[in-house]
Amino acid sequence: MKPDAGTTLSRNPQLNAAGQLTHLLTLEGLPPAIITQILDTADPFVSIGEREVKKVPLLRGKAIFNLFFENSTRTRTTFEIAAKRLSADVINLNIGASSTSKGETLLDTVDNLVAMNADMFVVRHSQSGAPHLIAAHLNATGRTHVHVVNAGDGRHAHPSQGLLDLYTIRHFKREFRALSVAIVGDVLHSRVARSLIHGLTTLGTPDVRVIAPATLLPAEVESLGVRAYHDMRRGLAGCDVIVMLRLQNERMKGALLPSPGEFFKHYGLTPDKLALAKPDAIVMHPGPMNRGVEIDSAVADGARSVILPQVTFGIAVRMAVMSIIAGN
Amino acid sequence: MPSRPAEPLPDAEAALATLAERMSSRVPHDAAFVGIYSGGAWLAERLARIVRGEHAVGFIDVSFYRDDYSRAGLKPNARRTDIKFEVDGASIVLVDDVLYTGRSVRAAINELFDFGRPARIDLAVLVDRGGRELPIEATYVAARLVVPDDRSIVLSRGDDGRLALSLEPA
Repeated sequence: MKPDAGTTLSRNPQLNAAGQLTHLLTLEGLPPAIITQILDTADPFVSIGEREVKKVPLLRGKAIFNLFFENSTRTRTTFEIAAKRLSADVINLNIGASSTSKGETLLDTVDNLVAMNADMFVVRHSQSGAPHLIAAHLNATGRTHVHVVNAGDGRHAHPSQGLLDLYTIRHFKREFRALSVAIVGDVLHSRVARSLIHGLTTLGTPDVRVIAPATLLPAEVESLGVRAYHDMRRGLAGCDVIVMLRLQNERMKGALLPSPGEFFKHYGLTPDKLALAKPDAIVMHPGPMNRGVEIDSAVADGARSVILPQVTFGIAVRMAVMSIIAGN
Repeated sequence: MPSRPAEPLPDAEAALATLAERMSSRVPHDAAFVGIYSGGAWLAERLARIVRGEHAVGFIDVSFYRDDYSRAGLKPNARRTDIKFEVDGASIVLVDDVLYTGRSVRAAINELFDFGRPARIDLAVLVDRGGRELPIEATYVAARLVVPDDRSIVLSRGDDGRLALSLEPA
């Protein structure tokens, strides 16, 4: 195959010339075989976490920089644990308090860290597209041995969360091809929802539903291949998987919602609403939860909740992502 | 299409019987057998049933301990290493189908030590094809043969559970 400027530019920047995953930026447009490869690879990493010595030597000597331009204790910690279990060296940069506040551009920061022999960047940024910009910069300057993982960018994508959600669903439900999955809550602002929707449709899930008030659904959300419901009871009927989204505090104060109490009444997951789903339906939440806002404690702590297994699987999935991209 | 072997491949079932016989007189009664995926795993299960003694069985996938990761990346289809017995103080026989460079065995030994400090580790293989790149030797060998560098000796298992050896392009 002859590479020319046109195909090089239009090529998925996450993939190398051989079509292998070299950055993880979004699940949108990722071939199903690559998503399945990540999920398959995560499985043996789950068992590493159950060992006395929770470490394998795969990324020994690699330097992984956590670049968090937006706060997140949980996601940063799980990436840090994953990198350390792969024997990499992890450097956490508190960006808010350093270079950018002195006026350095994003790409100058990246170039300086590459000059310190960085092997991978785990990037979270409030601006959609920031990890993509870094990956494109590294690709364009021939530094293809340096890899980028998107740990959440703006409202765009949170692919490692989407993958851990997919892993959790596959773990409990085995097969995507017959599932009904309902995603409930603030879909409009949720990169978690967007990544999960792309992952589910790519893997052939026939019935993906989003349930929210009209003010919290993106315009033309159904173009993503989902069905929209405003009535939670109708939306939950007969589903196999319920994914509750976090309602961010700042949304509750805005004009999008009447009040947290009102939201809970209509869209909070309570035992009686859960009873409308299939008897073996599982309940997921990306965390951190707002108990009494989007989910009732009786459900969050109940027998159908797989919220804590999600956390455990999340480390294994991130180990799989980092070890696959660093090897390509 | 398998090419002409330099010498004929042994029958896998006969070689397994030979290996079991050679092990039976010397393997400790309580030694655990740990098979390296995938061929070694099939062999370890079979050997545990026919070699004299009570043998716990474990399985090891060395994907996360290989020394060619930085050149070849992570191999797809990694499986869970499954070792349920206490490794500390155990007598272990690592089992593999073919001993060649010794690199898989090196990786398997390293992984075993992440589970504990075994009292001893021996190595049993169906075929030793020479070509070592590390100072590793098998304790028990059923057959020794030389094949061209561009060929792999592959152990496969049929639906009826019978094992067979074949020669394939490397």
